[in-house]
Amino acid sequence: MSATTDPMSATSATSTDVKKPLTGPAATRAVRTAFSSPTASIVAIAIGVLWTIPTFGLFINSFRSKSDAATSGWWMFFVHPSFSLDGYRQVLTGQGGLFIPLVNSLAITIPATIIPIFVASMAGYALAWMRFRGSDAIFFTFFALQVVPLQMALVPLQQYYVHGLRIAGITVLPSPGVNGTLAQIWLSHTMFSLPLAVFLLHNFIAQLPGSLIEAARVDGASHLRIFRSVVLPLSMPAIASFSIFQFLWVWNDLLVAKTFGGSNPALQPVTARMQSLTGSYGSHLELLAPAGFLTIVVPVIVFLALQRYFVRGLLAGSVKG
Amino acid sequence: MSATYVSLASSVAGQAATTLLGAVEAVLGFVAILAIVFFVAGRATGRLEKPLAVIICLGPALFLVALGLVIPAITTINNSLTNQQFLGQQKTKKVGLKNYVFAFTDPYTQQTIVRTVLWLVIVPAVAVGVGLLVALLVDRMKYASIPKTMVFLPTAISFVGAAVIWSYVYNYVTPSQPQTGLLSQVVIKLGWSNPPNWLITPPLNTFLEMVIMIWIQAGFAMVVLGAALKAIPDEVIESARMDGASGFRLFRTIQVPMIRNTLVVVLTTVMITTLKVFDIVFTINNGNFKTDVLARQMYADMFVTSQVARGSALAVILFLAVLPLVLYNVRQLRREREIR
Repeated sequence: MSATTDPMSATSATSTDVKKPLTGPAATRAVRTAFSSPTASIVAIAIGVLWTIPTFGLFINSFRSKSDAATSGWWMFFVHPSFSLDGYRQVLTGQGGLFIPLVNSLAITIPATIIPIFVASMAGYALAWMRFRGSDAIFFTFFALQVVPLQMALVPLQQYYVHGLRIAGITVLPSPGVNGTLAQIWLSHTMFSLPLAVFLLHNFIAQLPGSLIEAARVDGASHLRIFRSVVLPLSMPAIASFSIFQFLWVWNDLLVAKTFGGSNPALQPVTARMQSLTGSYGSHLELLAPAGFLTIVVPVIVFLALQRYFVRGLLAGSVKG
Repeated sequence: MSATYVSLASSVAGQAATTLLGAVEAVLGFVAILAIVFFVAGRATGRLEKPLAVIICLGPALFLVALGLVIPAITTINNSLTNQQFLGQQKTKKVGLKNYVFAFTDPYTQQTIVRTVLWLVIVPAVAVGVGLLVALLVDRMKYASIPKTMVFLPTAISFVGAAVIWSYVYNYVTPSQPQTGLLSQVVIKLGWSNPPNWLITPPLNTFLEMVIMIWIQAGFAMVVLGAALKAIPDEVIESARMDGASGFRLFRTIQVPMIRNTLVVVLTTVMITTLKVFDIVFTINNGNFKTDVLARQMYADMFVTSQVARGSALAVILFLAVLPLVLYNVRQLRREREIR
């Protein structure tokens, strides 16, 4: 699969007799013809299939009968088909199963997605349209804070939740009293998401047409009013992008959940539960498959349904635009 | 008997309902507070209006970032210079750079650092390579969305989920028995009669865990690079082709230079993610069998083995390693803003 087998190796006949450079749709058509080489398509599909096989294996195994899944590989399904939902039933209803963790994941993800949207879009609006001295510096500080790995924040933040904020032995801020509740997971995710969220939403809000905001100002609308009735509704595309980002991030997170949820089953999201199951289910491969599939199914559905917005967010975050 | 089953089921349903209700209440409460603040502050007019709006809009974000990132980062740097062992320890002593000296002289930690560097070199290079290859292959191809979605899908899967998925690839069974792991099955069919127990055989296991990370990251690289390739005007490519550039030459002389900035940004972004890799190593072997990496050992130091100061030192090392990468990205961004 060296780069020499790429699609450009095909030379089209048209380019030799036409000497003048093509422009517009003609160029598009010529390039498209030249690039649609069958070899390239086959290699691309082959890589796609290779990338899908591991997930496909998990999917097949999750529906096989327990004894089959434990004693033979998933590809044997095509030789000796067997179908059973026992694994799913056991994983969902059994003691220490995945039902409550799935609910917890939902209960963690929804607030941890919605709260940062408001906090970050307000900040983004302030930094983009209420120019004041230092607003640029604050914006770059937000962005640059992405350097701080959340690993650096874990211990001090946990200490804050338990004891409050102490500087040199003096309590500056009392503990917020959220220790042992989902609230500390919401709060942590909100804090860790802000550098990216402010960056993404600011960039979008800054590009809204200035004439709109001017017009509202002239009509006597206050900044808060403009935010509520002009900026927020117009920012929906960027908000959608960020929400998917944050939803996937929070749902798939293990480190924050493990640190602030600890081993308390009432707070455990599905990733943390799954992680502890891999140990005890190690000898029960038949349960690992349905459990694993339940872990990934929600983000995968969200991802497939809203891929367009996700890609838009990705591009806004790491490439210009 | 069935009555207890029913009551158990209803108590589980009750717990689920309570949890979800709590989450919904929190969101509604948050929005309600916001609405009240907006309503009250909206009454202000004149000279007070703008400063008040700035405080209301910017205040929460600044407060949360200070509390959740800035102060904790400073505290962690501070902790790394003490002899703190367990969480919440009151009496600690300054020990200077002792924890850093330990990190670079302790044989186990040295190995962890070397392994993390290996991750940092191999994963981004291969993931970006594969991503670029697929992006090139499907660039301007019909029905490109099918192979693209297939490669992109793992992006949505958690590291924990990925570890479970790949356990069906790397699972080991004695060669005389029917195989349950795909990798063993394939190599046995290819004639390797006695494959090793993949995940507990160093140094092989580290590379196999890297494959999982590459599997996840390649889709991200593909999408961003694909967009950059698409942004090259058709006219440019067509005229280059007419000048006789095709295949690898077109790629090297036209396409790569035109997407170079994007290529570097993708590379640094994957590097940052790779440096912090925790979940894969944690879920598969918990860092045993010589697979430990910086982020995993740091977690264990802080929360399992009560070596908070040593863990903090590792966190600072991680921070210092990420710093130049992010600064590069920030500089890149600044330059783009100035051009605009």
